[in-house]
Amino acid sequence: MANSTAGRLKTANTTPEVNAMSVVAPALGWLIPGAGNIIQRRWIRGLLLLVSITSLFVLGVMMQGRIYRPNGGDILDMLGFIGDIGGGGLYFLARAMDWGRGAIHLATADYGTKFIIVAGLLNVISAVDAHHIAIGKKQ
Amino acid sequence: MILALQLSHFSAAAIFAFFFSIVFGITQRNNPQEMLRYGAYCFAMAVGGLFAAGWLMWFLHH
Repeated sequence: MANSTAGRLKTANTTPEVNAMSVVAPALGWLIPGAGNIIQRRWIRGLLLLVSITSLFVLGVMMQGRIYRPNGGDILDMLGFIGDIGGGGLYFLARAMDWGRGAIHLATADYGTKFIIVAGLLNVISAVDAHHIAIGKKQ
Repeated sequence: MILALQLSHFSAAAIFAFFFSIVFGITQRNNPQEMLRYGAYCFAMAVGGLFAAGWLMWFLHH
């Protein structure tokens, strides 16, 4: 399974090309979802990533999901924070606006918390994708 | 204060599947045709799994 995935991602260019874009694209992609692809002229992919990740994050907040703080004290809170921080700018915006206090009496709030964490993790995947495009590992 | 939203378990899972399938399709495949196919596959598997798990829980309950 892993081999077939690696095989599909393999392109003609086998030697990774490290340049400024290979650092800027993932950093920008982390801060603004999809921006790593947009800056490399992958407009449609970038916009789809932006809309998908932002929608998941915003829906999570609207479902009264919880935004984890860095000093949760509990190991699961720390893992939740690691997932949330993957959202980059969305996380900082939510903290600045004081969103995501969480409503433990609602089942949907728990779904919302998971939406926010997964949005962060997907954003990390899209930032790594932007890096792969920058080094020529992916078209 | 942001607008509050309450979704059913099914709608929440379907929306979740829709958006993560888009991201997986784009990031895990190399050309647009494969991306579309893989995204559709992920979505179908997620929604199919949702129905399968739903029926399994129904049979376990009855």
